[in-house]
Amino acid sequence: MSFLQVSGLAKRYGRSAVFEEVGFTIEKGEFVCIVGHSGCGKTTILNILAGLDSASDGTVVMDNREVAGPSLDRGVVFQGHALMPWLSVMSNIAFAVKSRWPEWNRIQVQVHCQKFIDLVGLTGAEHKKPSQLSGGMKQRVGIARAFAIKPKMLLLDEPFGALDALTRGVIQDELLKICAATKQTVFMITHDVDEAILLADRIMLMSAGPDARIAEIVDNTLDKPRDRHTMHHDKQFYRLRNHLVDFLVNRARPLISPDITGKIVNLEPLRRQHEA
Amino acid sequence: MKPRTLLAGVLSIGFFFLLLGIWHLSTLPKAKGAAADTEYSKLMGKSSGKPEGFPTPAQMGEAVKRQLSDPFYDRGPNDKGIGIQLAHSLGRVAAGYFLALIVAVPLGFAIGMSPLLYQALNPFIQVLKPISPLAWMPIALYTIKDSSISGVFVIFICSIWPMLINTAFGVGAVRREWLDVAKTLEVKPLRKAFLVILPAAAPTILTGMRISIGIAWLVIVAAEMLVGGTGIGYFVWNEWNNLNLTHVIFAILVIGVVGMLLDFLIGRLQQAVTYAD
Repeated sequence: MSFLQVSGLAKRYGRSAVFEEVGFTIEKGEFVCIVGHSGCGKTTILNILAGLDSASDGTVVMDNREVAGPSLDRGVVFQGHALMPWLSVMSNIAFAVKSRWPEWNRIQVQVHCQKFIDLVGLTGAEHKKPSQLSGGMKQRVGIARAFAIKPKMLLLDEPFGALDALTRGVIQDELLKICAATKQTVFMITHDVDEAILLADRIMLMSAGPDARIAEIVDNTLDKPRDRHTMHHDKQFYRLRNHLVDFLVNRARPLISPDITGKIVNLEPLRRQHEA
Repeated sequence: MKPRTLLAGVLSIGFFFLLLGIWHLSTLPKAKGAAADTEYSKLMGKSSGKPEGFPTPAQMGEAVKRQLSDPFYDRGPNDKGIGIQLAHSLGRVAAGYFLALIVAVPLGFAIGMSPLLYQALNPFIQVLKPISPLAWMPIALYTIKDSSISGVFVIFICSIWPMLINTAFGVGAVRREWLDVAKTLEVKPLRKAFLVILPAAAPTILTGMRISIGIAWLVIVAAEMLVGGTGIGYFVWNEWNNLNLTHVIFAILVIGVVGMLLDFLIGRLQQAVTYAD
């Protein structure tokens, strides 16, 4: 029994479907990225997993319990950081921590928050308001807030979409470190193929909407730990990258085409070929 | 910035003295051609020692000095110091305003949170809002049978609408992502109302409160002219009946200054709850 089981998920508005027949599983401690064009329903899937949206069809079971409504068991990092601008960094995180452990006293909450502020490298900015922070720092607060409640699963909705490439790289590295240290189960949406290769254990490719499907689930065979700076010297890197880009450019057509089968693609044999 | 502030201050003072000068020149006593005809003046009641015509700045200054030196004297119902009258007016405004606040904010919260309630109550609000608060006066007098409390009611009814509408708007416009955060954190409804929605909507609510206090201070003068008895509005009307224009002008200035202070007060509150995004 997998940790997260999604089966037969569909979202329809009237007669037109955003996506149909979406099914996948995620194991505990796994990092899964979902890649696809805009409008294929990635965010809707994430919102359904979070319990913020409801599916027209299908079920989501996490840890042997059906997902019905939002829960502290699933932490969400929103696309726009979604920090409350009237609260300081510390208070934003404390708001989440107090929701999780209402019985904690002030000192306990503060110590716990500080730990996660330090973890994302925001030491010294505890009492700043979000408006005084850069985009990257805001997103770090969002990540710290999600990690601080120790959810069973973390849902990231394109968390680095609005950041410049340099900041993005730095925060990706940090996320990688934190995930490795906490063995966090993560489901993440991204548009960035390199980001998916760097972070994910498996990459789900969605065909374009309307009526989108999960076209392929690609195992990421690159060895861990991965390094952003040396990763592209790995022989498999470009094969994997080309496969993903090729899919997005050529094969993610809307409507169902015969080569979109939903089968799991394993690139393992190809690698051997390459080495031979 | 600094030199401009200085210049603006100098200009302000300049304008002040310019106004005083114009006032002084236009109220200079006219050369009395028929000065000999005191008999006629007496017949016309114009030599009883009362100031004639529009007061000069000098007379005004004296009156202000006299009033401010003893603002709390009380010589019967028709002759009270400006301080006492102001206290009556401010008391009524405060009572009506806070009653309105207590009703408007929770009700506005409910309307802002529930589209159903909003649609159901909107026609009532739209019809009631444009009614001049003074039009309620007869109804208030008839049902309450107390002129002072009727004044409070009129303030209540005029200050409730901006607060109600702004609260409903502010609560309804709370960003979805903040509500989503609260949802994913399983925040209880009451905690959500006080820790997410209230601070998010506070700047808008305070805007409504600021509009309301302005309207309330406008309306109290008219209401007190109508019901009489006490208050700054009654003071103005009473001094008009006495043909004492110095006191009328003095009261006008006081109304302006107090109105400014009230606005400043709520403005400071508004600043305190406004957040940079």
